[in-house]
Amino acid sequence: MSDVTRRWVFFAAIAGFAAFYLWGLTGLPGFGNYPGPYGLIINKIAVEETKATGVVSAVNFEYRGFDTVGEEFILFMAATGVSVVLRHLRGERERPGLEQGLGADEPATSDAVRQAALVFVGPVLLVGWWLASHAQTSPSGGFQGGVVLATAFIMIYLSGGLLTFRRISPIDLTDAVEAAGAGGFAAVGMAALFMSLPYLYNYLPLGIKPGAVSSSGTIALISFFVGVEVAAAFVLIVGEMLEQTLLRQGEPAREDTR
Amino acid sequence: MTSTEALQIVVLLLVAAGAPVVVLIRQPVRQVVALSGYGLMLAILFLVFQAPDVTLSELTVGAVVLPILLLLALAKVRERDK
Amino acid sequence: MSVFPYLIVVWILAVGLYGIVTSHHLIHQIMCLIVVQSSTYVLLLAVGYRRGAAAPYFFDIPVHTPAVDPVVQALALTDVVVEAAVTALLLAFAIQAQKRFGTLDPHELVQFKG
Repeated sequence: MSDVTRRWVFFAAIAGFAAFYLWGLTGLPGFGNYPGPYGLIINKIAVEETKATGVVSAVNFEYRGFDTVGEEFILFMAATGVSVVLRHLRGERERPGLEQGLGADEPATSDAVRQAALVFVGPVLLVGWWLASHAQTSPSGGFQGGVVLATAFIMIYLSGGLLTFRRISPIDLTDAVEAAGAGGFAAVGMAALFMSLPYLYNYLPLGIKPGAVSSSGTIALISFFVGVEVAAAFVLIVGEMLEQTLLRQGEPAREDTR
Repeated sequence: MTSTEALQIVVLLLVAAGAPVVVLIRQPVRQVVALSGYGLMLAILFLVFQAPDVTLSELTVGAVVLPILLLLALAKVRERDK
Repeated sequence: MSVFPYLIVVWILAVGLYGIVTSHHLIHQIMCLIVVQSSTYVLLLAVGYRRGAAAPYFFDIPVHTPAVDPVVQALALTDVVVEAAVTALLLAFAIQAQKRFGTLDPHELVQFKG
């Protein structure tokens, strides 16, 4: 199918889709007129029931906790998939090239970039940690905090180079930390099963004052584990991709001379 | 029409203008920069829709992590082209 | 104004799909896929919005002020982070395709079957 034919087939298909979509739009209650019961109910009862003022995190880790377990394992599987695909690409034959590549010079980074990244590593770590531990009080939570924590490690790479990054976060350690985070989340839910409660029931003390950091029971604990897991997953992914850039251009020749 | 609604309309139009910009740039390295700007526009849109959590996620992911992953993949792929 | 965000959603979806269909570079396609995914986030948040309501965080506002729907925000929030990891997996596959077949053009890659 040539490019022009492909374009016209696409326009026909999207016109049909848009027609159905616009037909469906006429049945909607309109933007801003929220009719549905769930949002209203949850906003009314969430703060008294869980003593958490961050209702979105309460929904994520308590009311809808089982879905979040599933999504976190999607993330885990994606990071595992990246490791499997890229490590298979590296293989055992190319290990000499890898060690050779480590000793060579990296492209020079400007001093301004390195200094700025170094200055920001501490505050970014702190912000990430704050985000991951304050899920129940304000707009924060495990997912955002984990990504910000991973950003701190990337800044270490920007300021120190690949060797520093590898020493700070060796791939085996990152693997273990990621597995610990994912397993910790599942274990918190399983502990509820051992107490003859439903899976992921909130069994820790809920606290007295809504909005304090040490309130809302398992929500804070789960958010911590999720933050650790997301941070480790992204550090692992970036680390694997950085290892790929170490391989020199000479490998196709090496494969031919086996 | 209140000021919030006017702001929402303006940011929605900016997002709608940003999407074709991202798609129609054909060189991948330049497209990464456009994608980063588009992520920032999306984050502002989510903020105006009263969703600060989603804003945080989109900011960190769309402006930092995704461009890094894309640039690393592009560096790896271009190395083989040479 | 009552259907304007939904029109923007279908516009972004169509633009992103057009980019995927007419692309000649795998990584350009992956970025257009990111644009398509962003349209779903806008749709989710537009569905849950309530006119004149605040964000659903009752830390500094009284507990019974009208707030927007938190369930769709929870969905969109985990969506954003998980799709980034899935995009990384797609990029790993693109690197693998470049190594095995030497090309990143999807129209040429189609010919390598099996």
